[in-house]
Amino acid sequence: MIENVPVASADVDGTPSASDRPLDRAPLRPRPDTLAATAAVLAGWWATSRRSAIRAGRATARAWSQSLQLRVAVTTLIVSGAVVLIVGLFLVDRITEGVLKAKRSAAIGQVDSAMTSARMTLGDTSFADVQGVANAVTSLKSELALNGTDAGLYRVVIKADAAPEALSDVFDDDPVPTALTGMVEQGRAAVQYGRIRTTRDGSLGPGLIVGEPIQSRGGLFQIYYLFPLNAEQDTIALVQRTVLLAGLGLVLFVAMIAVLVTRQVVGPVRVAARTAARVAGGDLSQRIRVRGSDDIARLGQAFNEMAASLQQQIQRLEQLSRLQRRFTSDVSHELRTPLTTIRMASEVLHARRGDFSPQLARSAELLQTELDRFETLLADLLEISRYDAGVARLEPDDIDLRSVVSRVVDANRILASRHCCEIVTHLPDAPVSVEIDARRIERILRNLVGNALDHGDGRPVVVSVGSSDDAVAVTVRDHGVGLRPGEAGFVFDRFWRGDPSRSRLTGGTGLGLAISLEDARLHGGWLEAWGERGVGAQFRLTLPRRVGQPLSSSPLPLEPADALGSTS
Amino acid sequence: MKPRVLVVDDDSALAEMLGIVLRADGFEPAFVPDGNRAVTAFRESKPDIVLLDLMLPGLSGLDVCRAIRAESGVPIIMLTAKSDTVDIVLGLESGADDYVVKPFKPKELVARMRARLRHHDDIASESLTIGPPESPVSIDVPGHQVRRDGAPIALTPLEFDLLVALARKPRQVFTREVLLEQVWGYRHAADTRLVNVHVQRLRSKVERDPEKPEIVLTVRGVGYKAGPP
Repeated sequence: MIENVPVASADVDGTPSASDRPLDRAPLRPRPDTLAATAAVLAGWWATSRRSAIRAGRATARAWSQSLQLRVAVTTLIVSGAVVLIVGLFLVDRITEGVLKAKRSAAIGQVDSAMTSARMTLGDTSFADVQGVANAVTSLKSELALNGTDAGLYRVVIKADAAPEALSDVFDDDPVPTALTGMVEQGRAAVQYGRIRTTRDGSLGPGLIVGEPIQSRGGLFQIYYLFPLNAEQDTIALVQRTVLLAGLGLVLFVAMIAVLVTRQVVGPVRVAARTAARVAGGDLSQRIRVRGSDDIARLGQAFNEMAASLQQQIQRLEQLSRLQRRFTSDVSHELRTPLTTIRMASEVLHARRGDFSPQLARSAELLQTELDRFETLLADLLEISRYDAGVARLEPDDIDLRSVVSRVVDANRILASRHCCEIVTHLPDAPVSVEIDARRIERILRNLVGNALDHGDGRPVVVSVGSSDDAVAVTVRDHGVGLRPGEAGFVFDRFWRGDPSRSRLTGGTGLGLAISLEDARLHGGWLEAWGERGVGAQFRLTLPRRVGQPLSSSPLPLEPADALGSTS
Repeated sequence: MKPRVLVVDDDSALAEMLGIVLRADGFEPAFVPDGNRAVTAFRESKPDIVLLDLMLPGLSGLDVCRAIRAESGVPIIMLTAKSDTVDIVLGLESGADDYVVKPFKPKELVARMRARLRHHDDIASESLTIGPPESPVSIDVPGHQVRRDGAPIALTPLEFDLLVALARKPRQVFTREVLLEQVWGYRHAADTRLVNVHVQRLRSKVERDPEKPEIVLTVRGVGYKAGPP
């Protein structure tokens, strides 16, 4: 600690390091800022690596979810790997077992033929005759060793527990598994695998040990045949390596095939997806190049047919829409020119009605007023047919909404006084700047205010303006007869009448609210109705501050605050 | 003297009815039923104002409008059956001063015509100057002359009225509605497209660079005002 600190502080200070100043070995306390800096660096490193790990994880997840090819390749790799592993293990197991079985039966055969002479040699010996036993064992060993060829080289170990100390040199002390010696000591022959000393360098290696007891007159001899399994082990190891390599190769090969095959499928699918995206983007002339007649080609063909039929349909609709537009315009012109003549003739008659007899004068008046109605109806019909043909265009402008509201309210003062009704306005003090098509918004408000005056039963009509950061709203409230439950959904229907028996001074065409709704929609706004029997009705127009902005909420409530008490 | 009106309309019933109404209101109408003969008739009758139907056999209303505008600044009022923006803006851009949409009320039409003929009774000598100091635009109101750097600029009477209305109160911002009332004679706010199109036509004549106006400035969200004198 102390050794490290001067070096560290010298590095930080930029002063010569401790080795340049051997005398300056005074222990310095670690400077807190150094530690803090280190901690910060560590924390930064941790955060960075964590971030990059997360990023890498996300990238992998994205690649996984986006690339069919990757998914197929990895899945194939895993599945074929598992299959090859199972097959390989089975194969190695069978081969090992076969090799060892052959070795074992060869070894047992060898031992059987060798045991005959061993019994003859040792059967008559007695431990009392030390030299006799030693000779017999030695000769037996050399005889057995000479015979050992069929099952490969082997060594013979002869033990005799009852043999006197003097014979210890004659017998071997090779380690033999106790389980085996136990069997043989009980006078039974046995076979076991175990580790034995190999013939070459005396190190321990795998082996097969066959034990046989020989009962002599002197006692029990144990004869063990040690067959080294080195060659077998080498064979098995070679087989294992070969199977492993072949398996790995096979797995990689299969994965590669999967990648190639999926590429053949995924490639055209990607082309199809790109083309479909372009078609969806409006370029209806995009087609897929089709080669051959396989399934992928059929997909391409079907896609092209779909695109062609889509293009055809859209062209047909465009044609229809053009015709509709032409028709609307033509009808408008054809109807309007005679109507102008009638209108002027009626005006001339109306202006001179004082000179007419009462019936003629009244006829002139009726002609005049009904022409007004006819004109309004024609104008509304043309307007709504424009919406139906989808040719209505927005001409937005930055406008103070208050000025539009004031204009509409002022224009309706005369109508209001005819209804003996007052229009109350609640306008904010600050300008409410909003991007609207003033002509259309004015038309909506004119409709709403006219409607409220019509149904207000002479009670005040309240017009309020509210605004938030991204939306503005106007509510028009009347305290008249209100709406029956469920009627709020119908009021915007064409030619819908709340109460057919009511007299209408404004002479609405029945299309006003339907057009207003379309006008509001064209702005990306909302037009909604609320009403309750006996409490009155309120219409709310909500518009985004900028054309095209989505609306999430309205600055004013649809249900007026004074009505909330009555409903609860 | 009665103001002369040239009515270019192919619908004979409407033309006849217009004749009755216009005569009753003290105009002297002349009629031409197709576009091809309209320009010749215009040269012969030298009208004070033209009523022009946009849908004509032969030369279209827009072409007639351009042809008349090419040789005269006489007020042109379009009679149109189409109230779509495209048609109206096209008509205004080809030189019409104002438009009425069929079916119109005769009083409305006459009011518009009178508003367009009104500028003849300007009084007193009045001279105005607006625009950047290094290249101002001077207006001789009674002489109906507009000059920039000594060179005269040809404006139609309507464009002249629009410029004078703005130049008379150089610091005031005019809303489109106010301009409609002062220049076109509209009582109720109607169509601000009329103002927009004519401001653009005016700019294309008086501005050095119509993209960067110095004489007629836009006040965003409100309207227009004259550039500093």
